[in-house]
Amino acid sequence: MLEKLHRLEQDAIEELRLVLTKEGLEPWRVKYLGRKGALTGLLREIGSLPAEQRPALGQESNRLKAALEQAYAIRLEAFAEEELRRTQQQAFDVTLPGRPALPGSLHVSTQILREIYTIFAGMGFQVVETPEVETDTTNFQLLNIPPYHPARDMWSTFHTTQTGVLLRTHTSPGQIHAMRRYCPEPIRVILPGKCYRYEQVTARHEHMFYQVEGLAVGRQVTMGDLKGVLASFARQMFGPDRRVRFRASYFPFTEPSAEMDIDCGLCEGQGCRVCKGSGWLEILGAGMVHPQVLQNGGYDPEIYSGFAFGMGSERVAMLKYGIDDIRHFFANDLRFLQQFG
Amino acid sequence: MRVPLSWLREYVDIDMPLNELADRMTYAGLEVESIENVGEHWDRDKIVVGQIVEVCRHPDADRLTIAVVDSGTGTPEAVVTGAPNIHAGDHGQKVVLARTGATLVDGHSAEFRMIKLKPTKIRGVLSAGMVCSEKELGLSDEHEGILLLEDDAPVGTPLQDYLGDTILDIDLTPNLGRCLSIIGVAREVAALTGAKLRLSEPRMQGTGPSISDQVRIEIADTDLCSRYTASLVRGVQIGPSPAWMQRRLRMAGMRPINNIVDVTNYVMLEWGQPLHAFDYDSLRGTPPDAVPTIVVRRALPGERITTLDGVERQLDPQVLLITDGGGPIGIAGVMGGRETEISQETRNVLLESANFDNLNNRRTSEMLKLPSEASLRFGRGLPAEMSILALQRASDMMRELAGGQIAQGIVDNYPVHPAERAISLRATEVKRLLGIDISRARLTEILESLGFICAPDDDPMTVRVTVPFFRQDVEIIPDLIEEVARVVGYDKIPNTLMSSELPAQRRNLSLEGEEHVRDVLVACGLSEVITYSLTNLDSVSRLDPSRGLPDPSSFVRIANPLTSDREYLRQTLMNSMLEVVRANLRFLDRVMTFEVARVYLPQAGQELPDEPRRLCLAMTGRRYPLSWTAANEGLLDYYDLKGVIETLCRRLGAANASFEPAEHPVYERGRAAALVIGGARVGLLGEVHSQVRDAFDLPAQAVCLAELSMEGLLGATPSERHFQPVSRFPATSRDLALVLEEQISSQRVHDVITEAAGRLLQSLELFDIYRGQPVPEGHKSLAFRLTYQDMERTLTDGEIDQIQARVRRDLERDLHAQVRS
Repeated sequence: MLEKLHRLEQDAIEELRLVLTKEGLEPWRVKYLGRKGALTGLLREIGSLPAEQRPALGQESNRLKAALEQAYAIRLEAFAEEELRRTQQQAFDVTLPGRPALPGSLHVSTQILREIYTIFAGMGFQVVETPEVETDTTNFQLLNIPPYHPARDMWSTFHTTQTGVLLRTHTSPGQIHAMRRYCPEPIRVILPGKCYRYEQVTARHEHMFYQVEGLAVGRQVTMGDLKGVLASFARQMFGPDRRVRFRASYFPFTEPSAEMDIDCGLCEGQGCRVCKGSGWLEILGAGMVHPQVLQNGGYDPEIYSGFAFGMGSERVAMLKYGIDDIRHFFANDLRFLQQFG
Repeated sequence: MRVPLSWLREYVDIDMPLNELADRMTYAGLEVESIENVGEHWDRDKIVVGQIVEVCRHPDADRLTIAVVDSGTGTPEAVVTGAPNIHAGDHGQKVVLARTGATLVDGHSAEFRMIKLKPTKIRGVLSAGMVCSEKELGLSDEHEGILLLEDDAPVGTPLQDYLGDTILDIDLTPNLGRCLSIIGVAREVAALTGAKLRLSEPRMQGTGPSISDQVRIEIADTDLCSRYTASLVRGVQIGPSPAWMQRRLRMAGMRPINNIVDVTNYVMLEWGQPLHAFDYDSLRGTPPDAVPTIVVRRALPGERITTLDGVERQLDPQVLLITDGGGPIGIAGVMGGRETEISQETRNVLLESANFDNLNNRRTSEMLKLPSEASLRFGRGLPAEMSILALQRASDMMRELAGGQIAQGIVDNYPVHPAERAISLRATEVKRLLGIDISRARLTEILESLGFICAPDDDPMTVRVTVPFFRQDVEIIPDLIEEVARVVGYDKIPNTLMSSELPAQRRNLSLEGEEHVRDVLVACGLSEVITYSLTNLDSVSRLDPSRGLPDPSSFVRIANPLTSDREYLRQTLMNSMLEVVRANLRFLDRVMTFEVARVYLPQAGQELPDEPRRLCLAMTGRRYPLSWTAANEGLLDYYDLKGVIETLCRRLGAANASFEPAEHPVYERGRAAALVIGGARVGLLGEVHSQVRDAFDLPAQAVCLAELSMEGLLGATPSERHFQPVSRFPATSRDLALVLEEQISSQRVHDVITEAAGRLLQSLELFDIYRGQPVPEGHKSLAFRLTYQDMERTLTDGEIDQIQARVRRDLERDLHAQVRS
């Protein structure tokens, strides 16, 4: 029996030496020191031996148990130390750059258009799109601008080689399309899209740009409503503290006509280079739909009234983000575009 | 329109600060662009009016003189000058004296530069200051001689008080033709400030023999000329106009020429009516004993005229001419002819003040590319009544400034009188349009201040308004309402929320779909670009280097392109996209972009082109940006692009999207596919052909490009989607490796497995492709993971084994695959 105890001791120590990982220790402990382990088995055998043999064997087995437990503890500690050492060597640097997520970006013009859609949707205006290539009739004549009318100077036009067909100079022909589509229902729409002007490209002018037209037609649409809707738009777009002003202006298809200015955000209305010292920046043209235009759209101007407005969305973006040159928009330099991601 | 304040003040008092006036004008539609102060930099104590006491020769220089100038200080000062317009022995002239320390424009420098005057010795003579030229004072570029002031200029007065002025530069919209005149602006200012307009009807003193025996006027085309008035001034002396007139002309932006021409321009600026002066003695083709006759008519075919600027111009039969017996002597309302131009020798002046049709006038000046101050005003439309007012004013000024005698009477040919216009304005109509209540009394007050004639109507709410001749632009009720709103001020109209009926609300699903596509692509890492709609055929042709330029007639073409590279409306986005990629590769090593835009396709039998939307995608460069975490090699390729398009289709719900091999000149052979949804081709994707890459100057790396029809993509999107239940039972996966011939596409394998496995197959993933030992030459090994799951229960191993056996059998049978498990 004593011999059995010694063999067990030898085996256990030898096996422990071969355990190379902390995880490998537990099976060893279970095998030798566990409740159903080898040592417990031998102790049970000793219990069944004659009484006079028991004390010596008991003493020996207690020594053996203490020796194995101690060997186990030393080994466990060694592994723990080694692990600590290893973690310390491989320092975890929380300041390393993270793995980049790689989203793209929406074009700044798209973003501004979406903001405009959202703001006007809140006031009951829906988006309708109309063609970019138009007839002279829809782009001009139905808007009260006959051939050679002095107001034609306001829109330098790209003509196509087909007489009477041109690139729309503004989104206003959309007013005619919308009225003819919805007459005699009341209307609240915005008409966004690309427009084209025969103009040299400079910091302030592009030959292609986006415009957003607005049109409301109904039985009690007033100039007060026009002001209310546009002032609300300006505050939602540029901030609740911004001031707007309305000036008399002229468009052949509205009467009365107005332009809306917003106070210059750069100098807070004090006057600077950007606002040319006036403290105000022009953002859109507007007015009450001319009775002849209402009629051209199918509405009786004695019963219906309406307002319309038009703004250049790049201009809105330029004012909002402080972009100083409209040529950035369609130069498509990703270093510019990705700023607005 | 540049309005000198001193001139405006002749017609209306201005009591308010200038900034406030400018604001009021701007609010009322006369946008004051800038306020310019003439003589702002003239130091009050250093630049003053002086009088020459005597002029002596310079002892050491022939070309210099010494002027002794009295400036009211008691001690005259001696200054050295080289001015050719004062001479030794002169005295009494009024000049501008600048003292040491004065700020002046450098008269000797070609560019505009300010200098401070220092005391100097010129050829040994000390000069206390200088007498100034117009250029040195910043009044004009004139530096030949010194500025000589009028004789009544008060000696010792700061020049700022005597010559200083303020110019309002007003940006006028096309409807404000009436404000292309000092009097027109004054009338607006009076209405806006409540001041009174000081205006009396001009009179002329005709004392010579009656004009009717000396000239006759015939109007052949009364549709284009509703009135022609003329006067005759005999015995004029041509010379420079007085300094005050020249100054005003310059401040208003015109160049002085001589007293006769200057008067016509001055009166045009004052009243808005262009005038033309003919040399009466140059009129041609008058038979002996007959009276010279002016005929106003359309040009004859092939007719020509040499205009004042010396250019011979070809006319067409829509051009209105002023003619004499010898042919054209002027293009009506645009420019006079050379033959009858006022010259130094002119003695007798025939003065024209007429009314021409505005649209025809604009057509002529556009066609001849001849914009002028006259056609600017005629083009906006002028009242016929103005002709005679301006004629009398100008004739009398010519008599005063150029001497001579005005013939008695006026020739006034006035075939077409405008109808008097009267409009009834109801206060309720004002309320309906503006949303504010304005009483009849207030309406009357406002309209009268603008010169409208108002009378009460029987209806207590209504005013009867007669439109004055100078307000031709007012035709309908809303025009009057705008006048009311302008004077009240738009800021006095309260902002309201719309109370009219809310229209039926309709979604714009086509736009929503487009925005959804953008969002998915941004999430996939692509950046949106927007390129020009106008392109050129050279750029388009680079998409297919093996062929020449495309047929121009198949495009919508611009008749007046800005530049030849923006002449055609595009039919593809691909060339612009490759140009964007190329430009960005100069700065970036990874470019992933997309654009959604319209293309323009001419339609047979239709006036306007079709404008369908396209989606273009491009990807090239590093797959990942340089980072410590990622594999740092690897370039984007076809499969990156295809993965994006697969994701897009999945997000849009286009479940039945598939890809078929395709060919197209843009793409490398064998590296292009067609996206097919529901049996229809939606577009192509692939790697750009190396020759196309070269044509766009792109680097030798895979450039992936796709162009898809938005209508095709969105049309395939189900309008309704249904919930798919998710199984509660465990899924079981089996891997399957098979060796098959190289040319069998993964799509075919995919189809065979899906078909054989049936409805319990939840997903099928290709996770490995291997070529090389021990796989035989011309073969490849594909490894798939098949995942099975049932909605109702846990599947048993036995069931799955059965399915797998079926899959294996079909692969072996249909594709001759060797299956290894």
